[in-house]
Amino acid sequence: MKLFTFAAPSRFYALSGRVLPWLWISAAVLAYAGLYIGFFVAPTDAQQGEAYRIIFIHVPAAWMSMVIYLAMAFWAALGWVLNARMASMLARALAPSGMVFTLIALWTGAVWGKPAWGTWWVWDARLTSELILLFLYIGYLALTEAIDDPKRADRAGALVAIVGAVNVPVIYFSVKWWNTLHQGASVSLTAAPTMAHAMLLAMLLMTFAFWAYAFAVVFMRARAIVLERECGAAWVRGLSNPAMGQAA
Amino acid sequence: MNWNSATEFFAMGGYGFYVWSAYAATAGVLALEAWLALRRRRRALAAAQEPQP
Repeated sequence: MKLFTFAAPSRFYALSGRVLPWLWISAAVLAYAGLYIGFFVAPTDAQQGEAYRIIFIHVPAAWMSMVIYLAMAFWAALGWVLNARMASMLARALAPSGMVFTLIALWTGAVWGKPAWGTWWVWDARLTSELILLFLYIGYLALTEAIDDPKRADRAGALVAIVGAVNVPVIYFSVKWWNTLHQGASVSLTAAPTMAHAMLLAMLLMTFAFWAYAFAVVFMRARAIVLERECGAAWVRGLSNPAMGQAA
Repeated sequence: MNWNSATEFFAMGGYGFYVWSAYAATAGVLALEAWLALRRRRRALAAAQEPQP
């Protein structure tokens, strides 16, 4: 089956290793460009002054926190239904990165909320549903780490990931469904963005930088999980290890 | 150009604490995550290649 060639852990390990340096370079270049435009080209906001510049990491991090959850649920479900090992390993590798981006979204939101709204935190629908997302990631990680048998851990995790996925549209549409203190979407697929071009460009560049970073870190973690599970396999023993001074 | 001096840049129009704590926390957390992932892969590789009894 050609489709499943890349699904073999050994194939994934080799291919991801080749892509990794390019992902890191992309992340660095995109972040540099995004930060430069964000701080030196984008104008001062008429209402919020310079405090709004937190947007260049806040919004991309919040997007990542939701996208990664959906990706995690997708791979977990695929791994469960098709019994595909690599899919389950990818789901496990995605979870910590999703938790990190959720933390960043909440933290940057708090230090933006203080100057913009006068409060670090408020129990409105957007903030509360994002906090629930953090608890879902923590729950997924705690559950999967607590079960020793990888297959059973993957399956239990998949259940949490799939059930929790209903929270993602709740986060996204919360600013429409409820009357929230949090502002509505500045960027959407159906309407023109309501912000200056330079601001939008900086935000999109930072989003792509976070994407590249997330791919790089998730691939690194997935490679570690592959090695942990394929411990003792012939292809693993054949890998070169610079730390041990072995030849390839 | 938005800033006339480095002092002005770091002051962020009086919002320096909020803006820079957001960026510092983000950079710190991402760097820590990348380091932990790198360490996990190195350890997994070393463990997988240890001579078996």
